[in-house]
Amino acid sequence: MTEIHVPPLLDGVEPVQSVRTPIRMEYTFTPGVAAQTYLREFGNKKILGNVSPVDGAILVPPRGADPRHGVLCEEFVEMPHTGHVGSYCVTNVPIPGRELDLPYISAWIFLDGADVGFLNLVAECPPEECRIGMRVEAVWKPDEEIATTAENILYWKPSGGPDIPFEEAGVRSWHARKKGGSNA
Amino acid sequence: MESNERLSAPLVLEYPFTRTTGPVIGAFMTGLRERIVLGIKRQDGSVLVPPTEYDPETSQPLTEMVEVGQTGEVVTWTWVQEPRDQSPWDSPHALAMIKLDGADTPLLHAVLVDDPTLLNTGDRVRIKWREETEGHIKDIEGFLPIGEEND
Repeated sequence: MTEIHVPPLLDGVEPVQSVRTPIRMEYTFTPGVAAQTYLREFGNKKILGNVSPVDGAILVPPRGADPRHGVLCEEFVEMPHTGHVGSYCVTNVPIPGRELDLPYISAWIFLDGADVGFLNLVAECPPEECRIGMRVEAVWKPDEEIATTAENILYWKPSGGPDIPFEEAGVRSWHARKKGGSNA
Repeated sequence: MESNERLSAPLVLEYPFTRTTGPVIGAFMTGLRERIVLGIKRQDGSVLVPPTEYDPETSQPLTEMVEVGQTGEVVTWTWVQEPRDQSPWDSPHALAMIKLDGADTPLLHAVLVDDPTLLNTGDRVRIKWREETEGHIKDIEGFLPIGEEND
């Protein structure tokens, strides 16, 4: 490392090596049409997806557009509350501000019939038993706590039944079917 | 649930970062803790405050840190009438570019005056240090117009 020359006054004093720079941003989040529609039905314990007008791909959660083709998605479809783990990560190191018991599992959940996944927690499952292709089902908050919020589903738990074969789990089948659009 | 009402909710994004400073910003922060301000010399002898590890024009590594003055000149400024919750300052203040004596570039900080009519571009100001310094830019509480403060 390049040597830095400082005035004699700083010779021998303990150098500062880090600074705290917390950042905090406060927004008012106003969802657009697709997210409004999704959240309202989520408040009725229904999960909606968007149907791509190009190839019928089902995108969950709905964003109002198919980002592969840059086209509007105006058709919604109700999704089942079951799916599988497309990929996952076990977190063993605490993160400031995340007060989850360690270790916890974050996973890409692919609902049955959906062509994309979303990130969520998997619980009621020892980390060593979690696997790609494992079937899961939603665990909802108690009905009296359900609202128009993304927090309605507490986590996903193993639902039993045969795994999705590895080659078809997550986006693997998507790529196999060449539905991922051109990413050459 | 009222279905025609537009949904809206507060959203807070917060990261509790601790950054490693590297040798130059580290020395700058060390200086603040010791109540001095350091700049760094470029090849042409001009002094950058705050200091950077590399020359912004030639990308040469810079190594020669020098002390600059604790007084300077307001180069330009704007008035903050209503500080936001996250602002380091609670009361109305100026945010100013302040060129310290001995420096060739200005530093962004607050000038602590009660009213925008009390400040003009070109005014002379001096550092007001916090009572306890720790090696952070907040060790400087702000700048005060010279001749108007009594502490």
